[in-house]
Parts: sequence; structure tokens; C-alpha cells
Amino acid sequence: MTASTKNTTTVEADRNLPTIKIVREFDAPRERVHRAWTDPELVPQWLGPHGTTIELLTWDIRTGGSYRYSATDCDGNKVYFFGSFHEIRADRLVQTFTFEGYPDGVSLDTLTLEELDGGRTRATILSLVENLQTRDMILASGMAKGVTEGYEKLDQLL
Amino acid sequence: MTDQLSRVFAALADPTRRDIVARLSAGDATVNELAAPYDVSVQAVSKHLKVLSDAGLVSRSKDAQRRPCHLEAEVFDLMTKWIERYRRQAEERFSRLDAVLAAMDDKPNRAQGAAS
Repeated sequence: MTASTKNTTTVEADRNLPTIKIVREFDAPRERVHRAWTDPELVPQWLGPHGTTIELLTWDIRTGGSYRYSATDCDGNKVYFFGSFHEIRADRLVQTFTFEGYPDGVSLDTLTLEELDGGRTRATILSLVENLQTRDMILASGMAKGVTEGYEKLDQLL
Repeated sequence: MTDQLSRVFAALADPTRRDIVARLSAGDATVNELAAPYDVSVQAVSKHLKVLSDAGLVSRSKDAQRRPCHLEAEVFDLMTKWIERYRRQAEERFSRLDAVLAAMDDKPNRAQGAAS
């Protein structure tokens, strides 16, 4: 493991498929990345947009389980997310993801954890939604601080 | 959501229109040129162009059959900006995950089978 390695995140939005693919490598073995992704004490420490506080309300992480959490921003605005854990494996986590403010925009998220040389891990998250319009809305919102606030900022851009 | 934003999303939701936008990003083209690779009529492509132009993505002259269509790059750049912002937010999240990973010891995974 080289300490100087800079792991960068890539995001790919397919032109013809309603998907978002995120790829990122980590300087940690797969078991550890898996634990950070699933342990209810660790997840709130990194999940969610910058400046938000994540509270896990339900976290039944097993194949067939479910989750729900809230995200509170620095102004006290609270939004909720929920979904099902479809399958939890050492190398693959499949779950649904819904923002409660946009209930029709359910996403099927597949996280693949790939072991790399030097005790490193490559994480690939493939999110699939119903259509391109929904995918673009998710990209546009950045899924940050709730979709509504994202639109307000977009309004200013336009 | 503003009407204009709705129109941009709706306009880009169609694969043919996305393809037209992609081709116009390489340079202006006439309706006939745009219709050539598709198994559809010039009229059908004109309808797609009208949707794109109503959304502010493409500009056309009045004499739309002959004059080239032009991509309004400023609006099209929005998609690139959205993706970049989305990427930056993911990067922030994963930088925090880096810190969590660095601070972890090798205790067993307590999350297995745990319910809240």
C-alpha cells in the first residue's frame, strides 16, 4: 500500500441507460471496507452529504432485511431515505434506495467490492432507476440535502 | 421544479434526442443531415428538434429545413456540471470513508445479523 496513492472517484452516466456508475478504490482490504459499509456504528460517520447528520432508524443488514435513516443538515432540515437489503455478500451488496421526498424514484444499487493487490479494494456502485429522466434528476440534485433544495440551486443556475 | 428545467429533463429523456444533442455537440447540422442515420422521417426528427428547441437546448432559424441546427452549449454544459458536482459529493463521502477505514481496528464485524 503506498501512502501517496490518491484515490479518485469516477462517475459515469450512460447515455442510453438510466444508470449511474461510481468507482472508487480504497487503501484497505475488502473485509474492512465491507465492515465500514455495513456496521451501524461506522456507516453514519461517512454516509450522506457534507454537513449532514445521519441517524439510522432501522438497520437490519442481512439478505432480505431493510433500512431507514434520516439526514439532518446544519439548518435542521430533515429528510428520510429507506430501502431493502436484497442480498448481502462479502463481495456484493444489493439494495434498493428511495428518497421519501421522491417516492417514485426508487434506485436498485449494486455495490461490488473487488480485492486488489497490496490489500486494496475497488468499490463499484451501479445504480439503476426507471428511466433517463429520473436518472438525470438524481444527477442534477446530487442527492444532496433533499431534491427540493437542489432544484432551488439549479433554478439559480438556469 | 421550474417549467424550463422540466422541459430540459423531458427533452433529454428520449434516446433519439440525446443522440441528436450528442451529434450537434460535434458541430451544427441541418435537419436532413440529422435525419440521415435514423430510420425515421425528416418530420419525426423535426418534432424531436422542436422539443429540444422548446427546452432551450437547440436553436433553429425560421427556415428550419435548410438552416443548420445549433446546440446551445451553455445549457448542455449543465449536464457536465451536474455530473461533476455529483462526483465531488461522492468524493467528499469517500474521503470520510477513507478516514473511517484508517481508524478501524480489526475487530469482527458486529453488523452481521444485527438489527437496530
